[in-house]
Amino acid sequence: MKRFIGFVRKEFYHIFRDRRSMFILFGMPIAQIMLFGFAITNEINNVNIAILDKSKDAETKVIIGKISASKHFNIENDILNESQIESVFKKGKVKAVLVFEKDFARNLATQKSGTVQVISDATDPNTANTITNYTQAILQLYQKELNKDVQTPYQIQVQSQMYYNPEMKSVFNFVPGVMTVILMLVSAMMTSISITREKELGTMEILLVSPLKPIVVILGKVFPYIFLSLINAVVIVVLSIFIFNMPVEGSLFLLGLESILFIITSLTLGVLISTISETQQTALMISLMGLMLPVIILSGFIFPLSSMPLPLQVISNIIPAKWFIIIVKGIMLKGVGLSMLWKETLIMVGMALFFTIISIKKYKIRLE
Amino acid sequence: MGISVKNISKSFKKVKAVENISFEVAEGELFGLIGPDGAGKTTLFRILTTLLIADEGQATVADYDVVKDYKSIRKSVGYMPGKFSLYQDLTIEENLTFFATIFGTTIEENYDLIKDIYVQIEPFKDRRAGKLSGGMKQKLALCCALIHKPKVLFLDEPTTGVDPVSRKEFWEMLKRLKEKGITILVSTPYMDEAALCDRIALIQDGKILEIETPQNIVANYSHKIYNVASHDIYNLLLDLKSYPTMHSVYAFGEFVHYTDKETNFIPADLVKYLLEKNHSDVEVHLTNATIEDVFMELASSNKSN
Repeated sequence: MKRFIGFVRKEFYHIFRDRRSMFILFGMPIAQIMLFGFAITNEINNVNIAILDKSKDAETKVIIGKISASKHFNIENDILNESQIESVFKKGKVKAVLVFEKDFARNLATQKSGTVQVISDATDPNTANTITNYTQAILQLYQKELNKDVQTPYQIQVQSQMYYNPEMKSVFNFVPGVMTVILMLVSAMMTSISITREKELGTMEILLVSPLKPIVVILGKVFPYIFLSLINAVVIVVLSIFIFNMPVEGSLFLLGLESILFIITSLTLGVLISTISETQQTALMISLMGLMLPVIILSGFIFPLSSMPLPLQVISNIIPAKWFIIIVKGIMLKGVGLSMLWKETLIMVGMALFFTIISIKKYKIRLE
Repeated sequence: MGISVKNISKSFKKVKAVENISFEVAEGELFGLIGPDGAGKTTLFRILTTLLIADEGQATVADYDVVKDYKSIRKSVGYMPGKFSLYQDLTIEENLTFFATIFGTTIEENYDLIKDIYVQIEPFKDRRAGKLSGGMKQKLALCCALIHKPKVLFLDEPTTGVDPVSRKEFWEMLKRLKEKGITILVSTPYMDEAALCDRIALIQDGKILEIETPQNIVANYSHKIYNVASHDIYNLLLDLKSYPTMHSVYAFGEFVHYTDKETNFIPADLVKYLLEKNHSDVEVHLTNATIEDVFMELASSNKSN
């Protein structure tokens, strides 16, 4: 036990004296959560659009007024004819152009139908889609206003309600994802680097020629990071609650326990990486390429798993992050307990055990 | 028995690092492995410290088998690798405390063993190991290797990259440790340090050339060695090499060491020959053989075999 404490104390010296480690540990989580929270968002706000109004009548004025009143759009300029459309897109000033047909108001009055064309810049398909949807929504609202005295024969009213995230805040989706990425990164990358550093600097040679048992070395390496990652998890949750008003519907205690479980799973993965890499560079590359990419792409953090091809969906099951994101979303947004999450929890326990056994078996008691 | 090595061989892919090596080191002996870089010294150290497994042969350290009883060996030996292998971001004191702790002891418990060495670096005990000079680093490494009172001490090139004064101090410390009954296996590429060992093994290309006391190694040297000098050392080397009865020629400090094949060699003949070759300030006189001379002799015959 004394040996273990001595080893852990040494690890803390390493971490606290290395500015780079300290930055990765404590600077990055805050920077990432702020970035994802504020900058990276699926919502559109203040998008510049242009208007080509060939009719210039009372109706179009009302519609343009409604559009410019919405916080989503910003009417940048009016253009006079079709030939200008491409040039404003090419300048990159506007994302969409709204074209009102000639005699819009008259057509609306006589033929009961007016045409508005929405042309959008689809170099960014998601934004183009969202812009089109938003303009349609505004136009439909106005159409309803016009029809309020008229009885139309058939009508299907869609009443949608968004559960668990009624305001559709993208930060609610990102927080569990960012938390997962950061815990994974800190735990797996930092441990794998700190073990390979001993190999690279030759201190592993001395540690091997000592009575230290492999399990003490591994636990001694892993323990400080359990502690530090847990602090990280707390910082992330506190930030998301106080800055982004993220709800925690379920038990904070359960969230803590599940986080520890995920941290341990990631740490054992880090130990496994260190057993197969000889230098810090290799460990870093394996951690980044082998863990970060799958975690970001295949965990359902950014891209929905259900729309992926079947083989990728199958692969996603072996990624611990996928299960942790389900758990975090479940606890924070849906407020469910262990009774609903036992399957995911059990999968992570299994993974942690599996990685621990492999890394202890692969831990080299000699140099080759 | 301190260390016993029997017919040890070890290859890395196609390179034979150590080939059929056998030697024994008595308890409390200071035994030196002398040889150039790449001779196989480090491989041998790693086999004996249980870090590598030999392809063939057996070895014991403090009567423990290096393969079967590796755990017992790891408890009872001190090892100082060739590369400085302490934690650079930890201070002198933290390093020492750490190694004491992992061996289940404390600095106080074995302080008398390291005292002589530690007092020299103690004034800097709050300095990080990475900021120490080469000599101080080696002293600290020795302290860390000694802190658990090992029975056998393995020092792989402990004085490489260390200034001459610190080297001398280091060897004096080894002598004192030996007096305390610790078996020491030390390797060095410096021939002058060999004379300070009880016995030495000359090693080259993974083979042992000779095992003897430093005194006997020199005494057994069969040729007469002449110091030769002239105003132009470079041409002197070339001209000596073309002398008909030449046995060996190599630069040695400010002189060239020359040995002849003939037992009735007359130095005056050589002087005459060199003067004919337009050398001036020619000197030829008899000198004593050193371990380096023996090594050069053995190494060249090993190479030609």
